[in-house]
Amino acid sequence: MIPSLLGISVVLFALLALAPGDPFDELATNPAVPPEVRAALRAKFGLDDPIWMRYWHWLAALLQGDWGFSFVSRMDVSTLIMQRLPVTLIVIGASQFLAIAIALPVGVLAATRPYSLFDQIANTVAFIGFSLPTFFTGLVLILIFSIQLDWLPFVYRADINATGWAFYWEHIKQSIMPVTVLGLFQGAALVRFVRSSVLDVIRLDYVTTARSKGIGERKVITRHVVRTALIPVVTLVALQMPIVFSGAIVTEQIFRVPGIGSLLITSMLSNDTPVVMGVTFVSACLVVIFNLIADILYGWLDPRIAYR
Amino acid sequence: MAGSTPASLTADAPAETSAARKARRFSPWQEAWRRFRRHKMALVSAFALLVIVFAVLAGPFIWPVPINEIDFTAKLQGPSVSHPMGTDDLGQDLLARLIYGGRISLAVGVAAMVVAIFVGVLIGAIAGMASGAVDAALMWVTDLFLSLPQLPLLLLVIYLFREPVKGVLGIEGGAFVLIVAVIGGTRWMPAARLVRAQFLSIREKEFVEAARALGASRLRLVLMHILPNAMGPVIVVATIDIAAAIIAESTLSFLGLGFPSDVPTWGSVLRDAKDYLDIAPHWALFPGALIFITVLAINFIGDGLRDALDPRRVL
Repeated sequence: MIPSLLGISVVLFALLALAPGDPFDELATNPAVPPEVRAALRAKFGLDDPIWMRYWHWLAALLQGDWGFSFVSRMDVSTLIMQRLPVTLIVIGASQFLAIAIALPVGVLAATRPYSLFDQIANTVAFIGFSLPTFFTGLVLILIFSIQLDWLPFVYRADINATGWAFYWEHIKQSIMPVTVLGLFQGAALVRFVRSSVLDVIRLDYVTTARSKGIGERKVITRHVVRTALIPVVTLVALQMPIVFSGAIVTEQIFRVPGIGSLLITSMLSNDTPVVMGVTFVSACLVVIFNLIADILYGWLDPRIAYR
Repeated sequence: MAGSTPASLTADAPAETSAARKARRFSPWQEAWRRFRRHKMALVSAFALLVIVFAVLAGPFIWPVPINEIDFTAKLQGPSVSHPMGTDDLGQDLLARLIYGGRISLAVGVAAMVVAIFVGVLIGAIAGMASGAVDAALMWVTDLFLSLPQLPLLLLVIYLFREPVKGVLGIEGGAFVLIVAVIGGTRWMPAARLVRAQFLSIREKEFVEAARALGASRLRLVLMHILPNAMGPVIVVATIDIAAAIIAESTLSFLGLGFPSDVPTWGSVLRDAKDYLDIAPHWALFPGALIFITVLAINFIGDGLRDALDPRRVL
């Protein structure tokens, strides 16, 4: 995990260092600033240091939580990200939950009746589901549920002035569409994984043994087959995190959810580089952490796997 | 996938005389076509995609309406005879704009796929042939890239390099080159892993050993014997990569970081349309449906090719 985080930080720093443009360009064209002052400033901020030293300083600052200052929002990047992160995590978590809640039963049912009508329909719908780009599904949902039916709000509001149950109800109402868009997209991809994983297991000898012992089909599937078949699915859920993040950026932008995804886009459009770097690094870290969790879970769930 | 890859596609070609090769080569492709035809959705999709490609290529000759003709008297109109797909907020004809955008979207998809597959095959082949430290290092880099969040990285690179590339290659050309390079550069990892796995199993096969015993050089082994046999799954991945690249390009343009607004791609038309969803839904529905149909068709074709090119599958 540490090597891959270091690797990611090297990639990000390399991009930043390779990108043309000098933070002191403006000073160069300003006649009021003499060249000596500019040189002194460059030296002070270490811009003339060798590249490995600049990387080292940058990494040290990053690790100490000094992520820079957002010029647009007038606050520290770390505070800004911490304000926005919970919303993103809630939306992603809820949509992953929805995806699993759809994909598990559908995938298992499809695998227990391979090539049946249900299986074919499920397969086709799943195919359509992950061919639909999230920005299009989002717009269609807004068109149907906000504009035609007027059931749900299409702008996510952080400042709801209601109390008690009404407050929570408003929050749930405005989260339904973003979570559905992300969840359906993820669920469509997961259905196929679940199906093939269950199909792999269902032919194994121990399943036949369980059946021949007289255990009911229902119990064989839920207790014996699904438990084994879910092991690779757990990893896949975690490995899909980079894709989920991409989807989250798009959905946050469509529904104006105040998470780190929309923060990334707005800071890019307003040239707020410290925030852009911070958000990119945070999302990379989250992905690495999810991969690590997947690895640990995998070893714990499946005793046949050993890490040496 | 690896482990049991019997002769596929052009597998038995190299060691034969050219006359025999011609006669034999005919049948594996015919066999693949026979398998592909069985996948009805793939067949329908292939037809739909052909229609879209033809419409996009021949469209400007059949529908010679300029993409930037502003007509405020006809703004935000729904589909009609004079504007089959309606107009946008400046009264520009949507059909003409979507034909133009389709050219860009499809070109980006294919070009990004070529970049991704080229890098992937190169890295996968080197890792698969070299083994040892080189293999480990290349696979570490591959895993590293796999664990990078793709969209933030795409956005970051475009954000940092947009202005300078634009200065060198012009607005449209700069955006095209940058987007293709970035999408290709973040999508080569699956192909690399696949090619490596294929190489690891194929290079131990008897026919490769025979070729080596006959004194074939390493390069000849790779190009003539191993790579052709590894291509089946790579073609499938390449097909699906086109769809993924089209989605990536549309996403970038939709977020306002792809092609500039005056260049109509399917994604950027959709972005302009999203603020007029209540009064002009057709404006968003046409480009969205086009992206969806194209991507779905390509994915189905990939699925059909998977059936067609996997020699182990009995149909």
